[in-house]
Amino acid sequence: MQYFVQQLINGLTLGSIYGLIAIGYTMVYGIIGMINFAHGDIFMVGAFTALIVFLALGALFYSVPVVVALLVMMIVAMLLTSLYNWTIEKVAYRPLRGSFRLAPLITAIGMSIALSNFVQVTQGPRNKPIPPMVSQVYNINGISVSLKQIIIVVVTALLLALFWYLVNRTSLGRAQRACEQDRKMAALLGIDVDRTISITFIMGAALAAVAGTLFLMYYGVIAFSDGFTPGVKAFTAAVLGGIGSLPGAVVGGLMIGFIESMWSAYFSIDYKDVAAFSILAIVLIFLPSGILGRPEVEKV
Amino acid sequence: MAVTVSPERDTVATPMQRALREALYAGAISFGLFVLFIGLKTGQNISNELVLTTRWGLLAAVVIATAVGRFLYVAYGQPFLANQKITDVATGLLPASVASRFFQLPAFIVAIIAAVLLFVFNSSLAGWVGAEPAGYLQFLRALAVIYVLACVIYYFRAFIHANFTKLGIAALMLYPILVVAVLSLSAWSIASGLQGSLKWVDNFGIQILIYVMLAWGLNIVVGLAGLLDLGYVAFYAIGAYAYALLGTQYGLSFWILLPAAGAMAAFWGVLLGFPVLRLRGDYLAIVTLAFGEIIRLVLINWREVTNGSAGISGIPKVSFFGLMSFNVSDPNYIAKVLGIAQSGAYYKIFLYYLILGLCLLTAFVTIRLRRLPVGRAWEALREDEIACRSLGINTTTTKLTAFATGAMFGGFAGSFFAARQGFVSPESFVFLESAIILAIVVLGGMGSLVGIAVAAMVMIGGTEALRELDFLKQIFGPDFTPELYRMLLFGMAMVIVMLWKPRGFVGSREPTAFLKVRRAVSGSFTKEGHG
Repeated sequence: MQYFVQQLINGLTLGSIYGLIAIGYTMVYGIIGMINFAHGDIFMVGAFTALIVFLALGALFYSVPVVVALLVMMIVAMLLTSLYNWTIEKVAYRPLRGSFRLAPLITAIGMSIALSNFVQVTQGPRNKPIPPMVSQVYNINGISVSLKQIIIVVVTALLLALFWYLVNRTSLGRAQRACEQDRKMAALLGIDVDRTISITFIMGAALAAVAGTLFLMYYGVIAFSDGFTPGVKAFTAAVLGGIGSLPGAVVGGLMIGFIESMWSAYFSIDYKDVAAFSILAIVLIFLPSGILGRPEVEKV
Repeated sequence: MAVTVSPERDTVATPMQRALREALYAGAISFGLFVLFIGLKTGQNISNELVLTTRWGLLAAVVIATAVGRFLYVAYGQPFLANQKITDVATGLLPASVASRFFQLPAFIVAIIAAVLLFVFNSSLAGWVGAEPAGYLQFLRALAVIYVLACVIYYFRAFIHANFTKLGIAALMLYPILVVAVLSLSAWSIASGLQGSLKWVDNFGIQILIYVMLAWGLNIVVGLAGLLDLGYVAFYAIGAYAYALLGTQYGLSFWILLPAAGAMAAFWGVLLGFPVLRLRGDYLAIVTLAFGEIIRLVLINWREVTNGSAGISGIPKVSFFGLMSFNVSDPNYIAKVLGIAQSGAYYKIFLYYLILGLCLLTAFVTIRLRRLPVGRAWEALREDEIACRSLGINTTTTKLTAFATGAMFGGFAGSFFAARQGFVSPESFVFLESAIILAIVVLGGMGSLVGIAVAAMVMIGGTEALRELDFLKQIFGPDFTPELYRMLLFGMAMVIVMLWKPRGFVGSREPTAFLKVRRAVSGSFTKEGHG
């Protein structure tokens, strides 16, 4: 039982990170119907920005409180990563809006390759380890919960609450939902569709940047190629939850996190990704539009 | 010049003002993007800790270059392009007025003379000016040759356009012979010509043709049937491992295992096809991606069979239909049978013709299948699944045959790849490969075999060519490695080509078969259905 609860906590931590990335996929998909393949690399850029900020803070000041350091890392990462995603949208996706379905997918894959190789060229191909930032571990009834895990879950919960408020209670969120339902009609009603889409990309990137910062803090290492696997997992999570649905992304992220930690705990760690992908395939066979996705009704 | 920020700024600002403003914006954005990534570099110090070093000079250079580039583009590039668009709307790749100014007889003659002179006096010039500028001379020579070839192609463009397929096949047939002949002539020895041809035949010829074949195979699934497959590399892996395992364990010949590998890949294509029959569009995409990843992860982790990440080595070579072998130690080694000098180039040249044959087989089968009921059903499925079903087409078998046929060609290419490398490991079958193949299909124009072949040549040949740019070391210093920038440029090229030609090089979705006359409303004007 203790072991199970322990794995549940590990899964929750992992799932939070996946959920944060998955929201970026699902929002972009919901609003312009494209898979933003570069999102995993946006996440990596966020983590790398956090790493560089961390090193810069260490170089500039003698000692910085951990909370301040984390906050600064997160905010700078959010700003710069949003700038990246905003630029990418403007350069690579906007001119192709209204073009055929695969065109933006290909530019997204191209951007993904370009981003990860850009980081490789500028920052070197090696793994970048940092000294542990937070190392307290609490022991409750034989279940060890590290402060890192608490930070991850709390930050994720706070961000999700803020995000939920933004999407459901503000005029910006209303505009986003309107664009999602019918872009042309939204434009006719005076919504600046381009601006709304840009903001969607910025929001997705900001969440991915936070996920990247948390990832860096949790694992303590990042490399230029680290965007792919979490990106694919998060995309899987978004599809599993029903792509286009925001609660679905969180649910899917948590599910993938749980599957992974449970599988590595009870079966074999080698095949944890195989398990996650297989469960995705099985779920989609029975629920072809994901767990919380709306079934696509096609009118003839 | 002051930057005015007013609601009517677009109407008031002159082009110059606009360009300056855009340049400022571009500079500011690129500063934001690059300040941490180019301005600072993370590196290890002696005690293996990460430290930052600053590169403000490089950052300033990049930011200024971006701003200047943006300025030039907005001030001069955009008006020029707009003018071009008005003067020649419907021309090919190059606007006609630019092309006719660029290719002129005097320039052509100068280029020929320069190329010939540089070829003849290459070695003496290199001795005279020293090793360093000799790199530039070689580059100059390459430019002159390319210009001459482009001029010839430009002059005969109508003829080439009319007979593109025949000329293309003839050129591909002659390619290794020409390479060997040119290299032998330039060095006055056949042995060194053969040796020198290795790189050209292997890195450029075979490498590009493998991608052509993979892209043509994927084209059946994506281009014809409209099913977005992001895990195509899985079938490539299955074919490669089928040959590698059966060839090393049981010593079976390539000629038996080639169809076996194709059949096995087709079988897996059907296996993948069944669960995803109900899925559409992007759900299909993610399941195929997951399938590709599952295959790769199993290859890594099933160490008893696949030897894990270490891969399988010592894969037997292909024999010349059992008549001649390419192993030096065998009694029927080709050089012994034919009584010629030993060379590793024979095997590469043979492999070149083998993959060319496989490619042509793929093309032939695709072209014929498109006219058969199953191919027409694929195209119908791509356009509209519901209409397709209501016309009585069995979408299940249609999808499964598309998956199986595409996978089969992937399997063929995979077993060829294993035979060529002599070594397979899961490293070769990552998602990036699937993405590259898909990119080639889309960049070439889905459904168009010629377009896909051109796209493969440009993208794969271009990145291979970057390996050859050693002279850049003389400009940027000895630490500069062009190879590092290969994939960066590849990714950017994907974006740029897609923005330039969203429908691909030869973009057409016109149906292959039509009733009596081709209708005015072609596929290009209608929205694509979800596959």
